Amino acid sequence: MKVLVPVKRVVDYNVKIRVKADGTGVDLANVKMSMNPFDEIAVEEAVRLKENGQADEIVAVSIGPAQAQETLRTALAMGADRAILITVDGVTEPLSVAKILAGVVKDEEPGLVILGKQAIDDDANQTGQMLSALLGWSQATFASKLELGSDSAKVTREVDGGLQAINISLPAIVTADLRLNEPRYASLPNIMKAKKKPLETKTPDDFGVTIASRLRVIRVEEPPVRQAGVKVATVAELADKLKNEAGVI
Amino acid sequence: MPILLFAEHDNTALSDQTAKALTAALKIGGDIDILVAGNNDLDGVAQASAKLSGIRTVLVAKSDALENQLAENAAELIVSLSGEYDTILAPATANGKNIMPRVAALLDVMQISEVMDVVDADTFKRPIYAGNAVEVVQTTDATKVMTIRTSSFAATEDGTSTAEIKNVDDHASDAGKSSFVENILSQNDRPELGSAKIIVSGGRALGSEEKFKAVMTPLADKLGAAVGASRAAVDAGYAPNDLQVGQTGKVVAPDLYIACGISGAIQHLAGMKDSKIIVAINTDEDAPIFQVADYGIVADLFDVLPELEGQL
Ligand SMILES: Cc1cc2nc3c(=O)[nH]c(=O)nc-3n(C[C@H](O)[C@H](O)[C@H](O)COP(=O)(O)OP(=O)(O)OC[C@H]3O[C@@H](n4cnc5c(N)ncnc54)[C@H](O)[C@@H]3O)c2cc1C
Ligand SMILES: Nc1ncnc2c1ncn2[C@@H]1O[C@H](COP(=O)(O)O)[C@@H](O)[C@H]1O
Repeated sequence: MKVLVPVKRVVDYNVKIRVKADGTGVDLANVKMSMNPFDEIAVEEAVRLKENGQADEIVAVSIGPAQAQETLRTALAMGADRAILITVDGVTEPLSVAKILAGVVKDEEPGLVILGKQAIDDDANQTGQMLSALLGWSQATFASKLELGSDSAKVTREVDGGLQAINISLPAIVTADLRLNEPRYASLPNIMKAKKKPLETKTPDDFGVTIASRLRVIRVEEPPVRQAGVKVATVAELADKLKNEAGVI
Repeated sequence: MPILLFAEHDNTALSDQTAKALTAALKIGGDIDILVAGNNDLDGVAQASAKLSGIRTVLVAKSDALENQLAENAAELIVSLSGEYDTILAPATANGKNIMPRVAALLDVMQISEVMDVVDADTFKRPIYAGNAVEVVQTTDATKVMTIRTSSFAATEDGTSTAEIKNVDDHASDAGKSSFVENILSQNDRPELGSAKIIVSGGRALGSEEKFKAVMTPLADKLGAAVGASRAAVDAGYAPNDLQVGQTGKVVAPDLYIACGISGAIQHLAGMKDSKIIVAINTDEDAPIFQVADYGIVADLFDVLPELEGQL
């Protein structure tokens, strides 16, 4: 089975971003960029399926600027076999991304697409569900366990009250949650090898998709800032403050 | 401009997340219908929904196919009813996040995720970058599909009249794409994280599941509090996944949040920094959690928690 893994280039999760003073957006000049952490988990899951003999090819795909090549090379170093970059400058909304991915799926005909559950820049948590809808496929979001069969899969999902297990028919869309696995670091030899793996470049036009934003960003604001309060020396003082100053207990 | 609100419930009880999302719907303005989709025992949930303030009609869809809120079936149902609505919303629960983007794609519109404020009927505020920035977006789509961040809205009180209940079972169908296997739900008789007034939350420093229970539970019991956890505590198996607070866990805003042995990574702060009062207990005086804490104590949580419990 072929597995497709969409990976997004985002601000590294350790970076504390700054809102631009003029409110036009977030200052991304010279900040460290990485693969979206949930997508690392998705790639890892695909690689494990291949190592178990359940997948025979892993295709990583990214929609983004030319630098998203680096993200794809990371996926290749982790174990993906080849990569596709759909070059787009500027912001792409999940709906456009899902439409492009639907086009890639039609070309590649994978049995499974594993995405991250959420990109940590837009925090949208939509693309997998949208892709599934556009393809008319089954979906299992927020996966913490994936047991793949020949024409179906059992997926354990993280839900509000605990876990939920469902069976999905293949082909299907799965989105990875934090506890699906712990992604590996690519080894130096694998990073070198990844440089020789095939990376194809395409455009949204190749899939008949026009990138047009449906949401107009009017401004980007700083969230309310909290001030640090006081440090107390004893537990008695803490209990007193909570009772008599804050009145919360 | 009619609004359709998709109700959150467990087939037995209506979740107060619904009444919180309703507050956002009321702020948008227009006739509001509520859709209750589930199994054949839904009457209690339907009646509770009918009492909510400002509801015009309760649409009830009972079907085996809807019992477990499978996304394919729930999305088809919503789309089949979408015609007269220009806004469709749901609380940003696991169900809402699973189902609504599917609805949006089927209607060829963008979803507006985790709306935290309604500026006007087309303009909304939502968090990006783990809440380190807030985006004000205006939609150009004919139908607005959105999820509501419930920690940002107070629940409505019940209304004075009762809305009409209308059956829409004939809109339910089974897409046959996926099937329910089982729920492995955490046993929990405490208040839910989303509605608790006080949350006692534990991090990696708790060290084991046994210790997590042994020191967190007595204090939580004493305070009538919900228990939360950091990702590190959940990953290590000290606490179940449904207790995770943060960017990708639950977003909470209680009156009091007590962070015990939690460093205060941005992903954790994203889920709790709107709490009214934050207390931090940490042995490291430079831990970032102190930057958002109203009251901090630099000490060992294994000493502080029992002592605090004793003083209440
Ligand atoms: C994509 C992504 C999503 C994430 N989502 C979330 C999320 O939703 N929620 C979340 O919480 N995290 C999330 N994280 C993880 C986050 O980055 C941190 O790793 C995590 O919050 C750390 O948990 P912690 O504070 O318990 O552990 P640590 O950072 O290890 O902190 C432990 C703290 O305990 C203190 N300590 C140690 N012993 C004691 C003692 N005896 N008494 C008192 N204090 C003590 C230490 O000084 C330290 O500050 C996410 C990360 C990524 C990459
Ligand atoms: N530009 C992109 N290129 C590749 N994959 C993407 C892109 N945007 C989103 N995705 C995938 O969709 C997931 C969810 O993203 P989002 O819906 O934006 O939160 C991500 O974890 C990726 O797997």
